[in-house]
Amino acid sequence: MTTDTRSTDTGVSRPLPPSVDRSQMLMNLAIRYGFLCLLLGLIVFFSLATNGFAGPRSAVFIFQSVAITGILALGVTCTLVVGGFDLSIGSVATSALMLSAYVMVVLEQSALVAVLACLLMGAFVGFINGILIVKMRVPDLLATLGMMFLLIGLQRIPTEGRSISTGMTLPGGEVAEGTFSNAFLWLGRHRFDFVLEDLIPVPVIVFLIVGILVWVFLELTRHGRLMYAIGSNERAAALAGTNVNRYKITAYMISGVLASVGGILLAARLGRGDIASGNNLLLDSVAAALIGFAVLGAAKPNAFGTAIGALFVGILLQGLTMMNAPYYTQDFVKGGVLVVALVFTFALSARKRGGGH
Amino acid sequence: MAKPGYDTICRIVGVEKAFGPNRVLRGIDLSIPGGQITVLMGANGAGKSTLVKILCGVHRADGGNIELTGDPFQPTSPAHAIKAGVVTVHQSINDGVIPDLDVASNLMLDDLNAPGAGFFVNEGRLREDAKRVAGAMGLDIDVRTQVADLGVAERQLIAIARAMAKQPKVLILDEPTSSLSATEAERLFTLLDRLRETGVAILYISHRMSDIRRIADRIIAMRDGQISGTFEDAPLDYEGAVTAMLGHAMTQVDIDIPDRGDPVLLLDDVQLSAQASPMALSVHRNEVVAITGLLGSGKTKLASVLFGITKPHAGTVMLDGQVYRPSSPEDAIRSGVFLCSKDRASNGVVPDFDIAQNLTLPFLTRHASLSFLNGGSERRTTNRMIDQLGIVCQSSADEIGTLSGGNQQKVMVGRWMAEASQLLVLDEPFQGVDIRARRDIGRTIRATADERATIVFVAELDEALEIADRIVVMSDETIVGEHRNDDVDLNAILAQVSGVAGANTPNDSNPSAHTP
Repeated sequence: MTTDTRSTDTGVSRPLPPSVDRSQMLMNLAIRYGFLCLLLGLIVFFSLATNGFAGPRSAVFIFQSVAITGILALGVTCTLVVGGFDLSIGSVATSALMLSAYVMVVLEQSALVAVLACLLMGAFVGFINGILIVKMRVPDLLATLGMMFLLIGLQRIPTEGRSISTGMTLPGGEVAEGTFSNAFLWLGRHRFDFVLEDLIPVPVIVFLIVGILVWVFLELTRHGRLMYAIGSNERAAALAGTNVNRYKITAYMISGVLASVGGILLAARLGRGDIASGNNLLLDSVAAALIGFAVLGAAKPNAFGTAIGALFVGILLQGLTMMNAPYYTQDFVKGGVLVVALVFTFALSARKRGGGH
Repeated sequence: MAKPGYDTICRIVGVEKAFGPNRVLRGIDLSIPGGQITVLMGANGAGKSTLVKILCGVHRADGGNIELTGDPFQPTSPAHAIKAGVVTVHQSINDGVIPDLDVASNLMLDDLNAPGAGFFVNEGRLREDAKRVAGAMGLDIDVRTQVADLGVAERQLIAIARAMAKQPKVLILDEPTSSLSATEAERLFTLLDRLRETGVAILYISHRMSDIRRIADRIIAMRDGQISGTFEDAPLDYEGAVTAMLGHAMTQVDIDIPDRGDPVLLLDDVQLSAQASPMALSVHRNEVVAITGLLGSGKTKLASVLFGITKPHAGTVMLDGQVYRPSSPEDAIRSGVFLCSKDRASNGVVPDFDIAQNLTLPFLTRHASLSFLNGGSERRTTNRMIDQLGIVCQSSADEIGTLSGGNQQKVMVGRWMAEASQLLVLDEPFQGVDIRARRDIGRTIRATADERATIVFVAELDEALEIADRIVVMSDETIVGEHRNDDVDLNAILAQVSGVAGANTPNDSNPSAHTP
């Protein structure tokens, strides 16, 4: 039957008052600031326990050690935001490393050509990843895993599996005459003056710029907002008129381009196309992005968290190294940090969310 | 108290529960007799979900006692409650079934889990047992069917059959019809009639009057964490129950049908699929048209055609005098056609976002310059919609998950009312909302209807009568009737809905003379 309520009072439903429960509040504080406090605590501890940890040189060293993984991690963050994952970043970076060396040493081209070729390669790989996932409906992990294998194999073919350096013998028998141009090496080796002479290396600057750009893009623009919407409820985003496929492909292209930037910087630092470099890039950068979930209790991928996650690992390793911890314990430490961060993110945040009724 | 002749199976005395400072249950006294269906009514936030969660072992009561057939009952976990004989079928159907398994495995899942259940699955015996369980419930389903291939109604029935296989003392059904159409619900009620005979005590939570009228033996109304009314003398005082639940009386709605404007949407010989008969429809500015019909009658298909998700099989759609052939939702929105989808949890709500972020999602360009978002502009729009729809919240920055179902739905509706549209399509906007929110949403839709054409898809006739100027009935993927919403002949509509009329003479049952 058709009925109506003539209602004048509107305050019947009682809004939940903000949580004033003490333990609840402590829990919220712990989730929000726990990881940053831990970071601060580590810095204080290492500064007191070691000689020379606190200082611009050491700080820059830490930044330098995490710059390349950080850039890759920011890329993978973009794919995590749309609910995807990019396992191919490590191999895109090493492919860029080999490609830049090949372009300069074998093809004898300029630094600019080498950089452009790498960036295009990264964008193209990202595009293919996106197409595989969006159009071919291959699950993200599998598509990018396949791409990873493909690239690891591909980068070895032109040189028959050898590293690239000036004077090497090519498969055809002739000798490679090209060299890494100084402009290219500048990208990896130049240091800007800041407080001290020759302090801040270019990769650190690039890391900071990329970090700010990705943060601005994800947090402040409508594109970032829509990408988060896709990651949280893809159907809802599509029904709100979002072109989900285009945003997903874009996310993988950003990831590919940033991975190739990382590869370029690595090549510029090494000064040769070293086939064995960059083995750890994938795991380190994925770890940084996942640790980022725990920063500020975000419980979701975010650029600031990713950058902090990368720095956290860097600080811990630098501090432990200065306290004479052997190098082979490094992966163990990283793994430990990652697991703790994941517990922070999933166990504690889930408890916070499940607190209502 | 239970009437003589029915033994009280479950007795609840003085149960209290608070979450922090928020006292959700303030001393509940309730007895649930066997062989009867006790309906628990209450607006969202009245505390009925909390009471159910205490009974099924999710929460523990802060105070009070619960007795189950005379023994103290304090469930510490859902498994414990089930073992003691209190079985719950939850509102979200997919909690009750596993889509990737077949019907037999679903029905016998608890046997597969039972200790001593052997290592290998005996398919033949599993199927036999499942057939027995299904047969006892009067379920006519091939037990080898994958649950993923079944409709919502069948899944619901399977979930209940599985619950009944445990031979419970108390069966709790939490809004079981919220995603069922009228005929599907009738199947459920037939099943419940059978179950009542077995002597099980059934606690049925709902705020759908049609359900309650159909099956209630007793009605308990809840309001603000207390029992506000118990009704158990036939004939049941439904109006009294609603009054007790809401705190004020129901009155008849009188739709004041305004003069309608120019036609906005014209469907000409549109065929939704190859088998469907062509249909014609015009929807005008300043008009609210409710399209009703059963599940599978083509409502959802028509909505997706209008919103550019699918293409019609044949025919033309005109919008404002122009051919309208949207290629995507993006395209439809650009043309001024908005769709508020049904089933907000999967199609609407972005769980990681707050109210403002959810509400402004489709129109971020309006709240951004050079792609940079303007938080102030987003908040202003959101606050306007919060006021207009009466969304109960602390601020526009509340997480969407902290809102009740009705308020979440208001945010979803507000999302599409925040900007002016040519044609606003709302698919089941009253799904899973309490009566108060339903009234708020309906009132707002009607109050803002003058600048656009509005189509509301509803399965419930009550809801159509409450909101529409004109009621259009769909059956078998085509339109079988139209009725101006004053003094409508309910029987004629029901006949068209169920496909009795219109089978032979679809044109005769299309009383276009009724429309001015």
